[in-house]
Amino acid sequence: MKFSKIAAATAASVLALSAQASAQTQIDWWHAMGGELGEKTEALATAFNASQSDYVVVPSYRGSYTETMTGAIAAFRAGEQPNIVQVFEVGTGTMMAAQGAIVPVHQLMEQTGTPFDPSAFLPAVVGYYADPQGNMLSMPFNSSTPILYYNKNVFEAAGLDPEQAPRTWAEVEAFSRQIMSSGAADCGFTTGWVSWAQLENFSAWHNQQIGTLQNGFGGLETELTVNGPVTVRHWDNLAAWQEEGVFQYGGPGGGADAPPAFYAQQCAMYMNSSASRAGVLNNTPDFEVGFGMLPYYEDVAGAPQNSIIGGATLWVLAGGTAEEEAGVAAFFNFLSSPEVQAQWHQDTGYLPITQAAYELSEAQGYYAANPGADVSINQMNLNPPTENSRGLRFGNYVQIRTIIDEEFQRLLAGEVDAQGALDAVVERGNTLIRDFEDANG
Amino acid sequence: MQTKRTIFGNKGLPYLLLAPQLIITGIFFLWPAGQAVYMSFLREDAFGMSSTFVGLRNYTRLLDNAEYLDSVKVTLVFSVATVVLALGLSLVLALAVDRMIRSARGYTTLLVWPYAVAPAVAGILWWFIFNPTIGIMPYVLENLFGYDWNHSLDPDDAMTLVVIASAWKQISYNFLFFVAGLQSIPTSLREAAAIDGAGPFKRFWTITLPLLSPTTFFLLVVNVVYTLFETFAVIDATTEGGPAQATNILVYKVFQDGYVGLNFGSSSAQSVILMGLVVVLTFIQFRFVERRVTY
Repeated sequence: MKFSKIAAATAASVLALSAQASAQTQIDWWHAMGGELGEKTEALATAFNASQSDYVVVPSYRGSYTETMTGAIAAFRAGEQPNIVQVFEVGTGTMMAAQGAIVPVHQLMEQTGTPFDPSAFLPAVVGYYADPQGNMLSMPFNSSTPILYYNKNVFEAAGLDPEQAPRTWAEVEAFSRQIMSSGAADCGFTTGWVSWAQLENFSAWHNQQIGTLQNGFGGLETELTVNGPVTVRHWDNLAAWQEEGVFQYGGPGGGADAPPAFYAQQCAMYMNSSASRAGVLNNTPDFEVGFGMLPYYEDVAGAPQNSIIGGATLWVLAGGTAEEEAGVAAFFNFLSSPEVQAQWHQDTGYLPITQAAYELSEAQGYYAANPGADVSINQMNLNPPTENSRGLRFGNYVQIRTIIDEEFQRLLAGEVDAQGALDAVVERGNTLIRDFEDANG
Repeated sequence: MQTKRTIFGNKGLPYLLLAPQLIITGIFFLWPAGQAVYMSFLREDAFGMSSTFVGLRNYTRLLDNAEYLDSVKVTLVFSVATVVLALGLSLVLALAVDRMIRSARGYTTLLVWPYAVAPAVAGILWWFIFNPTIGIMPYVLENLFGYDWNHSLDPDDAMTLVVIASAWKQISYNFLFFVAGLQSIPTSLREAAAIDGAGPFKRFWTITLPLLSPTTFFLLVVNVVYTLFETFAVIDATTEGGPAQATNILVYKVFQDGYVGLNFGSSSAQSVILMGLVVVLTFIQFRFVERRVTY
């Protein structure tokens, strides 16, 4: 008697629970935003969940970009994939080629009848994530571009104008030498993301080709061409500057040692993502930070062109129910609204991905109150993108990034010269691109 | 005299008793290993949407690949250096503790501590200590010896770092076994030799070391396997195989190519080769080295 009562009560509560759960469709979202960015990311999901009652977006932090992407792919192979996964820009080639595993965003929006206007997004962002017909494949989420940060106090101590960021590489060198000889700091500059900032963006900024077939946008048969004279000259300079202490290497990948060198006032200038802005300002209470565009070589025709983006987009993985897909579409619609985008942009330093979000931020007086916050947008929109500066798309690019780091290290260790290092990048990179073509062709 | 024999009435019972062990071996070793062998003959895209049988191509390409052969060399240098350092230091420490009477317990506890530290945490500790920008060691080396330490650029510095970090992790384990081994050597033998006039070094080489050989041999096998497989976390946390693959040991390369590069065919072929290598090494150790061991 007693037992059956308990059983009945349990059954009733289980039923109640499941009824509650079925009222709301759960959307799993895997992301790679840790720390402060992670909190802001989770806040977006919370805000969306509070704004309606049909869907619950459940964000889940999955580690680094690489871990998140490979984790999602492993989950897909096991049939346990999330609805949405955040994938960094160099994974785009891999995701795009996986027809059948992903649902293109333009298709999702069409199927669910969600209003969606690709032309509302910034052209540089759309261009990077669209197929050759201009259809958007993934939802832009966090896009950034590398800019220059500098230490105004050190500039002043060295007798430089603290309001004047260096514009050219010649100025970077001259300023660095003055800073070092005056004893204001030990080193001139450092950089995060060598491959992204000092190769990919360097090429776009100087209108140099990264690969054939429009940097790989034109097809899988593309080949790398980063061993041209302009890039070779830049890498030779970096190696020579490293030798003299003008430049300090921050390590492979994101360059973990670069930020501390700038924060500790060891290096006076620092190139990294515009999304590092919040981190830079938080970690530099002792000095004033200035912002500038990336330096360029004056004598290179067409420089400065425009910089390209990095960061990540949200991909929809196949296998979700129709209800889940409708929820994903509603969530994407929410994410691209000007208010949400403007807030995200101002909180994090990522680019506002829509024109409306940029205009809203301007109207709110954000750029006037935060000098330097618009450097990234101006730099990206400096000139209409050419075939060389629209972005890049290569298969296996995650590994090619590693190769770029390795060859850069060999260059700095004096094992090869810049020509040799970049030739090796091209040769080893092309092997991987051919592998990718084979496996996906 | 009667031989002791247990006779199971039920024919199935022995198999039933063996089953848990067999199931575990099957699920956690045979199945994945078989999967790896199978995958090593395929070429697949990252999502597993299409796969083609390519025969031995994954293997032939590896053996033609200069980076893979480099990784074999790196692994050899790394393993030998780590094993020698880990065994040598722990033997010295064990000998020292063996001579203590009252304080032995205290020292033993202290020396075992590092074993409780997770490999990834150990890696991060060493990464901090040797960090070229913020670490204490580069600062000391620079100021005392004028040595410019930079393991993110200098391959030798990087190798030194991962060897030290990996050996440090293993010293505690080796130390415990050596202490136990030393305690099982009868004192009377050493005393007799001392009475016969043998000095401490002579006693060590002719009595202690030979009698310790079963322990040393066991530790050799365990340490070689340790350097080949379990040093992954240390490498991942300190150098990530860099600079320019200078510390990219075989097991790390399996991870890099498979997990990061999503090239499952090549990665599987590499793990099959690695598995074969360990089987061969262990066989050699038991076949040839063990002959010199006195139990």
